[in-house]
Amino acid sequence: MSGDNRFLGLFYLSPYIIGLLVFTALPFAASFYLSFTDYNLMSSPVFTGLDNYWKLFTGDRTFRKSLWVTLVYVFTTVPLKLAFALFIAVILNYKLKFINFFRTAFYVPSILGGSIAIAVMWRYLFADVGIVNMGLATLGFEPVNWFGDPTNALFTITLLRLWQFGSAMVIFLAALQSIDKSLYEAASIDGAGKFATFWHITMPLITPVIFFNLIMQMVQAFQEFNGPYIITQGGPLKSTYLLPLYIYEEAFRRFDMGYASAIAWVLFVIIMVLTLIAFWSSRHWVYYAGDKRS
Amino acid sequence: MANHILSENLALDQEADRILKAQRRRQFVSATLRYGVLTLVGLIMLYPLIWLIGASFKSNSEIFAGAGFIPNEATISGYVQGWQTSTPYTFGRFFWNTFLIVVPKMIGTVISCTAVAYGFARFDFPGKKVLFASLIATLLLPNVVTRIPQYLLFRDLGWLDSFLPLWVPSAFAGDAFFVFMLVQFLRAIPRDMEEAARVDGANTWQVLLFIVVPLLTPALISVCLFQFMWTMNDFLGPLIYLSSVDKFPVSLALKLSIDTTEAFEWNRILAMSVLTIMPALIVFFVAQKYFIEGISAGGVKG
Repeated sequence: MSGDNRFLGLFYLSPYIIGLLVFTALPFAASFYLSFTDYNLMSSPVFTGLDNYWKLFTGDRTFRKSLWVTLVYVFTTVPLKLAFALFIAVILNYKLKFINFFRTAFYVPSILGGSIAIAVMWRYLFADVGIVNMGLATLGFEPVNWFGDPTNALFTITLLRLWQFGSAMVIFLAALQSIDKSLYEAASIDGAGKFATFWHITMPLITPVIFFNLIMQMVQAFQEFNGPYIITQGGPLKSTYLLPLYIYEEAFRRFDMGYASAIAWVLFVIIMVLTLIAFWSSRHWVYYAGDKRS
Repeated sequence: MANHILSENLALDQEADRILKAQRRRQFVSATLRYGVLTLVGLIMLYPLIWLIGASFKSNSEIFAGAGFIPNEATISGYVQGWQTSTPYTFGRFFWNTFLIVVPKMIGTVISCTAVAYGFARFDFPGKKVLFASLIATLLLPNVVTRIPQYLLFRDLGWLDSFLPLWVPSAFAGDAFFVFMLVQFLRAIPRDMEEAARVDGANTWQVLLFIVVPLLTPALISVCLFQFMWTMNDFLGPLIYLSSVDKFPVSLALKLSIDTTEAFEWNRILAMSVLTIMPALIVFFVAQKYFIEGISAGGVKG
């Protein structure tokens, strides 16, 4: 507000500034430094240059496996989840009775999904004699060894994420409902079919939301911990040993803080590069109403 | 002539009628398809939860005996024994611990995020652009990269095995998402009333307290609810910072009970799983309007 001391705003920001420095910026810098050290909590950190990174990329097979599993997990989970969330949002975006009921039903898993209780439930559902296999048997399929087989185990963890598509769906639905109806009328007068209307009107208008969901889901998927930790403990054969599990065990089980920091930085750089690629590419596919193309 | 017009009208009417009928039929088919898909997906989504609640009342021998959720002989022994736990404490203690983390965290979050959002949305000051950029950067910064030094920091402060590391960062507006969401809300609120109050001699914190906060209340309820959910579900934080069983929140206690009794006492685990999700479920159903509004306004992780 004009006339006030020009530092008054900073006064209101002071909790944030202190928190930013103490709990974010300082740890961020410290973590970068630690990644170049050998530090086991007992003695002070010893600077070892690029040793940690060298070891990671040349000698550490667990790391390579874990990195690969993480990438497979993220690149299957995120697109599947977004596609499914959009699909359901499009179906819901219609003059349906009970729309609120369905929206609630689909959103509940997102509320609970991250909890330990749900991870526990997943173990029971996909157990050899669990209800998923019972359901498959009823349909005439052979029971599936969900946790014993490396490919299936990762897929089971992926399914837990997909089950929580509700929050992305609610965001999609809000975007779909905010689209100006007259655009659809104009398209229908011009004789556009349903698919053309969706592709040329709906899709461009919701690209900002797709972009937002993409970034958020990706950053989270890279940090998935509870699911694999509780459901499969990273196994079998490290097939669900996502990088956050590896970092946790290096840091808080083996207390190898330097090495764990190096892994964390590799993960961070991957997330950052992918985020930057998304931001950079967004100018080619994300449409913002009000910019010069409109 | 009149007949001609009449028959033409009749033909038009019939034509319109046919189109209308075809349209209705298409709409009917479309609606049926939509309801069909939604119902099927809804069942698949919710059946696991229904099964979980039903199975928690089954006996251990019955849990894996069939896919139905209604117990043949309902028993609450899972709840009774699960509540006792294999530790010296009951589950009540773990709920109390959770409460001791959740409440300071919610209060700290609401106060700090409101002040910071107010600062961002209503004032100009040196460095504002950089600070706002830092907010967005924090939003995207993966926690994994700051976690280890944070642990070392809290160790040096002597805060390990206490609740402080779990809520103090949030009391310094550490959850950038909430600040961002409140800034978005504030930007949408006209400033007329605030300016009028300033003309009448109110200072900025009076304006914040008596005008902005009442207008922000729905958004603040959303903030509280999301923080409540996320804190109830948080597992990694307590896992890293808490080591004594008497300080465990429900998420850690549940993990502990898996480790100690899962080999045979399934219904205890399921019963306690149901109990740990109940607070979140109840809060969600009571206040779902705020969730949907919050998530649609700011866009939320989850």
